[in-house]
Amino acid sequence: MLKVDPRDKEKLIDPLFRTGPRFQWAVVALLAVIGWGVYMYVRQLVFGLGETGMTRPDYWGVYMVNFIFFIGISHAGTLISAILRVTGAEWRRPITRVAEAITAFALVVGTLQIIIDMGRPDRLMFVILHGRLQSPILWDVVSVTAYFLGSVTYLYLPLMPDAAILRDNCPEGTPAWQRTLYTVLALGWKGTRTQWERLEKAIAVMAVIIIPVAISVHTIISWILATTVQPGWHSSIFGPYFVVGAIFSGIGALFIAMTAVRKVLGLEQYIGPRQYRNLGLLFATMNAIWAYFTYAEQLSIAAGQQLDEFPVLASKLWGEFAPSFWVMVALMVVAFWVLVIPKLLPASAERVPVFRPRYALASATLAVVVALVLISPQRFPVSLALNAAQQIALTGPAVRTLGWAVVVLLMVGMGLGISPWLKARPVTASVIAAGCVVVGMYLERWNIIVPTMTHPRLIPYALYSPTLTEASLTAASLALFGLMFLVFFKLFPAVSIWEVAEGRVIEEAESKIVIPAPEPTEARRMRQWGIKKG
Amino acid sequence: MRWSMVIDLDKCVACQGCSIACRFENNTPAVKPSEAVRGRAMRWNDVFPMPINPTEDTGDYPNVQTRYLTRPCMHCDNPPCIKVCPVQATYKDEEGLVRQNYARCIGCRFCTVACPYGVRYFNWHAPEWDASLAQHLNPDRIQGEDDLEGPAVRPKGIVEKCTFCVHRLQKARARAKAEGRAFRPDEYVPACVQTCTGKARYFGDVDDPNSTVSLLAKSPRAFRLFEDVGTHPKVIYLREG
Repeated sequence: MLKVDPRDKEKLIDPLFRTGPRFQWAVVALLAVIGWGVYMYVRQLVFGLGETGMTRPDYWGVYMVNFIFFIGISHAGTLISAILRVTGAEWRRPITRVAEAITAFALVVGTLQIIIDMGRPDRLMFVILHGRLQSPILWDVVSVTAYFLGSVTYLYLPLMPDAAILRDNCPEGTPAWQRTLYTVLALGWKGTRTQWERLEKAIAVMAVIIIPVAISVHTIISWILATTVQPGWHSSIFGPYFVVGAIFSGIGALFIAMTAVRKVLGLEQYIGPRQYRNLGLLFATMNAIWAYFTYAEQLSIAAGQQLDEFPVLASKLWGEFAPSFWVMVALMVVAFWVLVIPKLLPASAERVPVFRPRYALASATLAVVVALVLISPQRFPVSLALNAAQQIALTGPAVRTLGWAVVVLLMVGMGLGISPWLKARPVTASVIAAGCVVVGMYLERWNIIVPTMTHPRLIPYALYSPTLTEASLTAASLALFGLMFLVFFKLFPAVSIWEVAEGRVIEEAESKIVIPAPEPTEARRMRQWGIKKG
Repeated sequence: MRWSMVIDLDKCVACQGCSIACRFENNTPAVKPSEAVRGRAMRWNDVFPMPINPTEDTGDYPNVQTRYLTRPCMHCDNPPCIKVCPVQATYKDEEGLVRQNYARCIGCRFCTVACPYGVRYFNWHAPEWDASLAQHLNPDRIQGEDDLEGPAVRPKGIVEKCTFCVHRLQKARARAKAEGRAFRPDEYVPACVQTCTGKARYFGDVDDPNSTVSLLAKSPRAFRLFEDVGTHPKVIYLREG
């Protein structure tokens, strides 16, 4: 019989055996979305991929974007938890389970996108039977398979002692299959010293192995694009760029998932400010690296102005992809602001009248009004007046440019006003930033795939808009991801019980270490010179 | 032998005869107008103005200079499409033809993405023909175990492309064998070369230094499309003017 701390039992084990209507409704809702997706997929199978919005030259669309996005999300888990384990970051303990679960499920959903995208899914086995290792797709098959097997193992190993705890602490009336599940998964775990030593060794080895595999996965996805000669893709920084983007979006997903778990299961005492602060620092760093890579990537194309490549960039900067590109940039800026500025703000800032939510609201309203005036269609009198002003002020600064500068200034004002509010609510701030980043990274994948596809060398430029089929399957994929997450955390504790218990022991031991206070300089000199204080 | 095509743009009148001949030789289905608008028309052999996408140098009407280009598959010596295929559904045979095996293709469309010339087409829907056309499909095909090529009707969900009428090559070889003589390279031309109104297309063995294509390839007018992307195409154009 393995014992468990009563605190952990109440918060982590007992909820597993209480199924409320909330859980059932969530499962039904997710199943409905998945069912609709299955129907749309069968339609696509029967009528062909023509049911999607894909065309010539846009041979890859939303499915490919989803694939890269989900595989990126999968880097939340294993990579982050492995790096934190290897470096011995103590604060990782309550969030590793959530992170590792994201990895396994995102990989399943991501791989599914490729099968959905195939013209002949019935020939899937050809990839194994006739696979050409020279093709980047085969590299991907190999690395994603390795990553999936590795991360499932990596999810399972720390789960084993928890399964044993559950096996021994099942309340009366637990269904037999659930007991069997825990018994099988516990693999006869008794918690002996040898078993612990073996487990620790296995986890340590897996943590080291999984890091290069995870990096290879997203590098190879970028190489699918970068090994072609297509304008905008044939870039040598794509490998690291994609890895950074993957970890970045992965942390975003982790923030959202761990906040959801914390909120729904009431795990505030496990997942606390320490996790949010440290992960937030990692998040802000990845944001900066991602911005650096994005800038470097666009700069080399902009400066080169090659006939094939430049139209791709132009379509992002001011063409048909400008909305998705600039919204992406704006979201990342907002995320960075939300993560960093409130932390820099001194506590006394709250006394300054500018740093008030009231002021932020006023600024935001004003910014929206000015922006609306600036983008108002030609037929409105205010737009005509602006044009007239532009004509008059031709020699001076352009009125519209000034207007946009005012909008930016007002936005900054709003950001400053809201900062103390965010500072007081680190969890909300993290979730806002994470939401911005996850959406922004989805747009980033879109901005990489679609503009290049629609600006080929020898095919007329085209437009791509997804159809209902693609939207439904994307929604169903998200629902499937949510459902797997939900069911998994109905069966297993969201926080690794034994790791948290181990962390408590370490903390307790550390608290007993007494570090003597440094001797004052004066006292030291007196001692050295042999002067007794008289 | 390495098969190569020369297209003399001085002689080309942009009549699109090559496109039509190709369509009927290779059973390329015509798509509905609504699909064609979405860019899903299939033209293994396409004819279009160059540059196909307007640039700053194209000029505005009426001060424009329009050229036309006809574009079969380039049958590159270094084809980007076969390098990315995960299942060897597309491959270069020993005579330099880049071929497509419909029985193998899994429809991942990586080759269509990788080809800088846009010569590859995907079957978004199952092919359809009007009643009378459906009765007059070309019966030729190359079929073997785990192999289906040439004009054989393609199912939905796979990629197809210009084959330099590889079934004609096979037939010419079979005829020579049946007549008990050696096969000569001039016994085989693709349908587009045979039909070309302006006799602008030449076809032959570029390994033979005395063949027409080898001699024309040395012309100072000769150029290849996108030589800078390193594909080494075997379709050689002769510049206008």
